[in-house]
Amino acid sequence: MSTFVDEKPTQNLEAFKGVKKVPHEEYYTSGHRTCQGCESAQIMKLMAKAAGPRTIVLGSTGCMYVANTSYYATPWGLPWMHTQLGSSGSSALGAAAAFRVQMRKGVMKDEPINVIAFCGDGGGADMGLGAISATMCHPDYNLLILMYDNESYANTDIQISGTSPYGVNTSFSTPGKIKRIMNHRWKKNVAPLMLVGHPTVKYVGTISTSYPLQAMNNVRKALSIGGPTFIHCLNPCPKGWDFDPVLSFELGELAVNTGIWPLYEVENGKLKLYGKTEQIASGRFKRLPVRDYLLKQGRFAHFIDDDIDYFQSKIDEMWNKWLVPGIIPLQREIEAE
Amino acid sequence: MATVTLPVEEKKKSNEQEALITGAEAIAIACKLANVDVVTAYPIRPYDTVMQYISQLVADGEMDCEYIVAEGEHSQFEIVKHASVCGARVFCGSSGVGWMYAMEALTVTPALRVPLVCMVGNRALDDPGAFGVEHNDALAVRDLGWMLTWVDSAQEALDTALIAYRVAEDRRMFVPLAISCDGAFLTHSQALVKIPAAEQVKKFLPRYDRGDLLLHPDNVISVAPQVNEDWVMEIRRQNYAVTEIACDVIREVYADFERTFGRKYGNPFFEEYMTEDAEVVLLGMGTLSTPVKVAIRKLRAEGKKVGFVRLRWFRPFAGPELAKCLERFKAVGVIDRDFSFGSPNLSGVVATEVRSAMYTGSSTRPPVIGFIGGLGGREVTVPDVEAMTDVVFQAAKGKAQPLTQWIGLRG
Repeated sequence: MSTFVDEKPTQNLEAFKGVKKVPHEEYYTSGHRTCQGCESAQIMKLMAKAAGPRTIVLGSTGCMYVANTSYYATPWGLPWMHTQLGSSGSSALGAAAAFRVQMRKGVMKDEPINVIAFCGDGGGADMGLGAISATMCHPDYNLLILMYDNESYANTDIQISGTSPYGVNTSFSTPGKIKRIMNHRWKKNVAPLMLVGHPTVKYVGTISTSYPLQAMNNVRKALSIGGPTFIHCLNPCPKGWDFDPVLSFELGELAVNTGIWPLYEVENGKLKLYGKTEQIASGRFKRLPVRDYLLKQGRFAHFIDDDIDYFQSKIDEMWNKWLVPGIIPLQREIEAE
Repeated sequence: MATVTLPVEEKKKSNEQEALITGAEAIAIACKLANVDVVTAYPIRPYDTVMQYISQLVADGEMDCEYIVAEGEHSQFEIVKHASVCGARVFCGSSGVGWMYAMEALTVTPALRVPLVCMVGNRALDDPGAFGVEHNDALAVRDLGWMLTWVDSAQEALDTALIAYRVAEDRRMFVPLAISCDGAFLTHSQALVKIPAAEQVKKFLPRYDRGDLLLHPDNVISVAPQVNEDWVMEIRRQNYAVTEIACDVIREVYADFERTFGRKYGNPFFEEYMTEDAEVVLLGMGTLSTPVKVAIRKLRAEGKKVGFVRLRWFRPFAGPELAKCLERFKAVGVIDRDFSFGSPNLSGVVATEVRSAMYTGSSTRPPVIGFIGGLGGREVTVPDVEAMTDVVFQAAKGKAQPLTQWIGLRG
């Protein structure tokens, strides 16, 4: 059996074994202008630290461009380039291809270089989905697409995106006199979309900035495994979600503990739930009611009990009825009946 | 590709091969000779034959590049844009609405100072559907900092592709360049083409050097941060500065091309045909040169002193030089294979540009009559050219003519 996939070695980044073993060097530092309590900026910092210095970062339009990189005040200690809103997939592909061909032709030092393209939920789950999907089909190129998800177009004044939660109040879905709920869409299940749709992808995972060590180690794993990889990170957003910035970390935890945001990774086809998600799935931890999470945020302040019950029922369904609980929304035929 | 090997003595001298190839194939061969690093493809007629040839060259081991088939034109252009910033020589292309689908990427590429070279197989924009040539696709980027050139033969396509890399990758330039080839008439028509030897091309075309703008771990830079009103005007001014020197750079490169390969193009910006003693001239871009030249020979036999100016470079637009050329004649007829609805005098794009150049660059300002024709791949015929010439002669005699006329229009 032969394969024509031309695999290139990666940097093979070992996991950080404990918080104390995390290096002090920062590659994403001062200079950015993100809001207090911004978890999206937090994942930039963790991602850069996890990847280390032999890395380039391509950032598609969004908060982490506009608020992040002002001329003469860049926070990036890594080579960084702005890319168009829908281009995280294409940008990573182009960079990886350029490095590979130049190394092959002997005009650039042959070494593994991490190529990371990040996008927000607007850039990743909406506009750039096609390009990311195409990129996930190219097994020859080592790259990581990291989608930071603050569940809205947060930079442009908080508008609904494909990953905004059901019923949420945004500037494109404000409750009114007749209609209380303007966003009828359920959050797009992006990581499984990447996983199921692209069978040769070796690593897809979800992370949360409330678990920083784990998040960094998952980034390192995604960069080491080879080929195109995808990580979806949930990032509480004080401005868009309307909460006190002091709660950023807690909301990240609550998203996991209520079962709304499952943490898992799929490595070479093998699914592994981790953290509280694993405990929820194995019955060792009882999911907290979604009410605890929703009512801490102004964006759900218009919810009445009916809305909360509906939200809860959808989360219950996700854990009780899905073929792969919390992840794959197929139902067994017998149960569906 | 049918390769004809030249006799030994001649081969020694020129070190060239001759082959019967299409315009698209000529550009594919130029990409091979230029040792292009990253190529992105996406299907749309008629440009896409160039990608079929490149795909075959890669499969046969004749060309070493990353050949990526994208999922749409936007990605196609974004992939090569980033590859170029990471140091690779790149090529891609499109046609018609495919080019428009890439428009966001086309907009940012000159602003990022990326020397992307691409081919536009000119095609009518939808709707209604038409595969044939119209120039509105490539012209859509005319204000954005792209260099735009039109070629009219497979030989010129090959040569211009090599010239294009030298011009675009010149450190003073670093802007993208589109080579327009009329759909079908050039992309799919075969002609004998002299193919230069690889060593010669290597001498003419040094490796692309991104220098201090390279995105690489050894060069920690932030590219294209948010600048707002603080700096955007200064950065636009830098792109403007490129256009100030573009004509000089192009002249230098053509001179070097001539020294290296021995093929002469004369004035790089426009070709003059039988203009020396002409009273009036027609002006146009691309392959309409063929019927126009045939018609001119016929009209000359009838004693009508008409010539032709074929514009090669639309951006940069050699305004003063063209105005000096055109003011020698009593009237000028501009044939536009495009439209610019609602423009001054309702003319096509080229006629409007020519009038603008004449207003400042010429003291005599002969009348400029605009013709719109050959749209959607309709042929511009010899009788069409004769009819246009008659109108231009009338204008030369001082008889007022409508400033814009559609030619070859049915019933």
